[in-house]
Amino acid sequence: MPNAPSPDHPGRAALSMSRPTWNPYLVGAGIGVLSWVAFAWAGKGIGMSTQISSAAALCVLPAVGTEGLQANAYFAKHMPKLDYSMVFMLATAAGAAISALWSRSWRPRLMHEAWTAARGTTPWPRILAAFLGGMVILYGARLAGGCTSGHGITGTLQLALSSWIFFLVMFPFGIAAAWIIAGRRPGA
Amino acid sequence: MDPILIAIILGAAFGILLHKGGVTDYGRILGVFLFRDFTVLKIMLTAIVVGGLGVHLLVAQGFAAWEVKGADLWPVVIGSALFGIGMAVYGYCPGTGVAAAATGRMDALIGLGGMLAGGVLYAYTSPTLLAAIAGRANLGKVRLGEVTGLPSWAWFAILIVIAGSVFALISRIERRRAAGRPPE
Repeated sequence: MPNAPSPDHPGRAALSMSRPTWNPYLVGAGIGVLSWVAFAWAGKGIGMSTQISSAAALCVLPAVGTEGLQANAYFAKHMPKLDYSMVFMLATAAGAAISALWSRSWRPRLMHEAWTAARGTTPWPRILAAFLGGMVILYGARLAGGCTSGHGITGTLQLALSSWIFFLVMFPFGIAAAWIIAGRRPGA
Repeated sequence: MDPILIAIILGAAFGILLHKGGVTDYGRILGVFLFRDFTVLKIMLTAIVVGGLGVHLLVAQGFAAWEVKGADLWPVVIGSALFGIGMAVYGYCPGTGVAAAATGRMDALIGLGGMLAGGVLYAYTSPTLLAAIAGRANLGKVRLGEVTGLPSWAWFAILIVIAGSVFALISRIERRRAAGRPPE
């Protein structure tokens, strides 16, 4: 077998599955083309947060039962089912896993250098941040009506007002939070 | 074609693109907010321009219909602010989080649990919250052309100029950084 492929490995085609990364502009164009197909075939663009809400409904289903879900105004509209959106989400996970395995970059890991450089190597703060961050991001996505996919790409490409508001509000708040979390330079 | 089959094909392609784009990496999501890595901006702006031109053509030819989300200002603005904060703290967004968890990122997997908890919290608290903030300034499911009177092609021209300028700026910053620092 050849050496582990690097992003700059000249011996491989630009879009080879065995490369761990592709040119980001080509990836962006690929997601754009994917949006054409999604609109034409599925009647809707790429999105990811609605089905996570349905998955959340699935999590409380054992506790409250079907009647309990129906009694909640939001869950009643997002009953868990293996529909287009749910399968899309599962397939996204499968695609990412295949891509990582194929390029030999699948590796279980918790900490990232971008975090440890600013906040140290103790795992608990990162675990807590990941969980709370996940909670806040999905709450925000549902309140805003979409996420980086549904608003950030599918909505903005339609020139939707709501989605451009999302784009322009989300970034400054993300920038402020990121500088508070990890703005310290390594060694500074 | 069966919608489930379409979902499998499109979802898998999306997952592959997210991983190959490098955005399943915590450092790249955090990096865009810290102005250290511009991969997220390159991917998003290219996807918006390429996707937008094609989808406008599809709609114009009758092969697709608009699917625009409502601009109810208070929920959208507050939700977007929370989203930005959550994205920086989590280090992923919902789509890249799902993809990253599948590539072995444990923090992304933990955050998936957080997102499920957030979904439950939203289901039980949103009726009260929305009663207070929804509908106060609702502009509806409108597109920029309808709000401003500028036609879509003009908005795309503006968008292409902005995207091109951002790409040129990014490339300049990257070249300067590459010259000023030893290669990593």
